[in-house]
Amino acid sequence: MEKMATRDAYGKALVKLGEQNSNVVVLDADLAKSTKTIEFKKKFPERFFDMGIAEQNLMGTAAGLAASGKIPFASTFAIFATGRAFEQIRNSIAYPHLNVKIAASHAGLTVGEDGASHQAIADIALMRVLPQMKVIVPADGIEAEKAVLAVAEMDGPVYIRLGRSKVPIIYAEDYQFELGKASIIKEGQDVALLACGIMVAEALKAAEELAKEGISARVINMASIKPLDKEAVVAAARDTGAVVTAEEHNIIGGLGSAVAEVLGENVPVPLERVGVSDTFGESGKPQDLLEKYGLTAKHIQEAAYRVLNRKRDV
Amino acid sequence: MEQQQEKLKEIARQIRRNIIEMLTESQSGHPGGSLSAVEILTTLYFREMKVDPANPRWSERDRFVLGKGHAAPALFATLAEKGFFPREELLTLRKINSRLQGHPDMKKLPGIDMSTGSLGQGLSAAVGMGLAGKLDNKDYRIYALLGDGEIEEGQVWEATMAAAHYKLDNLTAFVDSNGLQIDGPCTEVMSPYPIAPKFAAFGWHVEEIDGHSLEEISAAIARAKEIKDKPTVIVARTIKGKGVSFMENEVGWHGNAPSEEQAKQALAELV
Repeated sequence: MEKMATRDAYGKALVKLGEQNSNVVVLDADLAKSTKTIEFKKKFPERFFDMGIAEQNLMGTAAGLAASGKIPFASTFAIFATGRAFEQIRNSIAYPHLNVKIAASHAGLTVGEDGASHQAIADIALMRVLPQMKVIVPADGIEAEKAVLAVAEMDGPVYIRLGRSKVPIIYAEDYQFELGKASIIKEGQDVALLACGIMVAEALKAAEELAKEGISARVINMASIKPLDKEAVVAAARDTGAVVTAEEHNIIGGLGSAVAEVLGENVPVPLERVGVSDTFGESGKPQDLLEKYGLTAKHIQEAAYRVLNRKRDV
Repeated sequence: MEQQQEKLKEIARQIRRNIIEMLTESQSGHPGGSLSAVEILTTLYFREMKVDPANPRWSERDRFVLGKGHAAPALFATLAEKGFFPREELLTLRKINSRLQGHPDMKKLPGIDMSTGSLGQGLSAAVGMGLAGKLDNKDYRIYALLGDGEIEEGQVWEATMAAAHYKLDNLTAFVDSNGLQIDGPCTEVMSPYPIAPKFAAFGWHVEEIDGHSLEEISAAIARAKEIKDKPTVIVARTIKGKGVSFMENEVGWHGNAPSEEQAKQALAELV
C-alpha cells in the first residue's frame, strides 16, 4: 500500500495554493523543514515569513496579516501551536474570526523518539473548545491536500492536524473533502468504527479482521471534527447500535468526546473510545508507541468486541 | 500651527470628558490608563493618521492597534469624536448588547483595526499588518500603543525582535509609560525599565518624549516617518489619570469607575 505523511501533502498543497492565490502567505517558527512549509518558501520566498522560535508572535503576526486581507497559513508542531500559543489563537484569531489557517504537524504519539514533551495529545480538545474555530484531522495524504485547498477558499480560522509519519493512502485522487461531512469508507451494520487521522487506516484493518468473524463494521472517517457530521454519527448509532471511536489523542476532549456528546443527546448507544488513556507518552518508535498505548487495529477490534457485548446486554 | 494646537487641546479635553462620562455611566472600566493616552490618540487621529470614518475598512488607511486594550474608553471616545459612530453611543460602554465592549472588538465597532485586550498581543498583530503593507507595496503606516506594564509580557519582545528583523519602518509603537500597573508602581511589581535601551538593543529607532505634549508627539512621529529600515518606538512619559487631579498618579484609579460626585468634580476640572 502506498504511503505518505500528511505533512508532505501539506507542503505540496501549499505550493499549489501559492500559484493559485497571491494572497496566500505562510509563516513558520523555525520548523519549515519539518512542517514542510519549506516547499512554499522555495517557490515563494517573499511570501514566506520565518518568525523564529516564537510561537506566540507567530500566531499574532498571522492575525495581523489576516486583518490586512492575507490568507496566512501558520505552521509549527501541534504541541507548540495549540499549547504555547493557545491564548493567542483564542484572542487574536478565533475571537475576531480572522482568516488564519493553523496547520500543525507532528501531532500525536507518532512524533516518536522526541518523547512526551513533543507529543500533542490534547490539541484537538484545545482547538475544538474555541468558538468559531474549525478542526480538521485528515486521514491520509490525499485528504490532507484536499482539505488544505478547501480551507483556503473559506473565511475564518481553521486548525488542521498533520502527522509526521507516513500513513497508508486511503483515498483516490478524485476524493473531494467537504467540511462538516463524514466520509463512509466501508458500509456495515453490526458496529460503527468512527476514526480520524492515522486511526482511519487502523479502523479499516480492524473491520477486515471483524469481517472474518462475520461481524459487519461500518468505517467512517470523521476528519471534520468541528463541525462534526452529527447526522452521520446518529445514523451510524441507529443502524448499528454500537460505536467505537479511534483517535491518536487523549480519549478526553477529542473525537471520542465529540461523538459521545452527540450520542448522549440523541441516540445513547454503547460507546467505546480508543485513544491515549489520559496519560503522557514517551520516546520510542511510532509503531512501538501505538502498540504500547493501545492505538492499533487490534485495539479497535477488541473495543468492537466489548461494545458488541454491551449491545447484547442492552 | 498655534490654532491647530489649540484645536487639538480642545479635542483632547473633550475626549477626557467623554471618558469620565462613559465610565461613570457604566460604573466599570479603566480611567487611569485611558486618561494617560489621550494626547497620543488625539495626535494620531486628528493630525497624523490617514483614515476615513465613512469607510472604516478603506484599504489604504493607516492602522492603529491598542495593545493596552483596557484603555478602550480613550480609543472609543477618540473614534466617536472623529465620526466613526455617534457620540451618544459612548454611554453604552460595557453594557449588554453594546458595540462598545470592555476591550476593543474589531467585529463590532467601526474603526477598530484589531481586537485586543489580552496584554502583549497587539504588537504582534501590528507586525503582521506591517508585513502585509510591505508585501503589497502600500505606504500606509501602522501605529500601536502599549502600556509600560504591558511590555512585561514576553510576547512583546518576540514581536519587537520580528519587527526589527523584517525592517518594518512602517511601524511605530508608543509606550504609554505612566509608571503604574494594577498591583502598584511598575518599579515594585516587575520593572520594565529602562525601556528605551531595550528597544534600541533590539534594533529599533527610539524616541523619548513627554507623552502629554502635542508638539513632542508630532515631532517624534515626524522623525519616525523619516527612519528607514527600522521600526520606531516612542517612549512617552505620561501621568496615569492625567487631567483629573485626584486620579493623577494614583494606582487605585487603574480600574475603578468614579462615583457621580467624583465625576462632577472631574468634569469641573476638565473645562
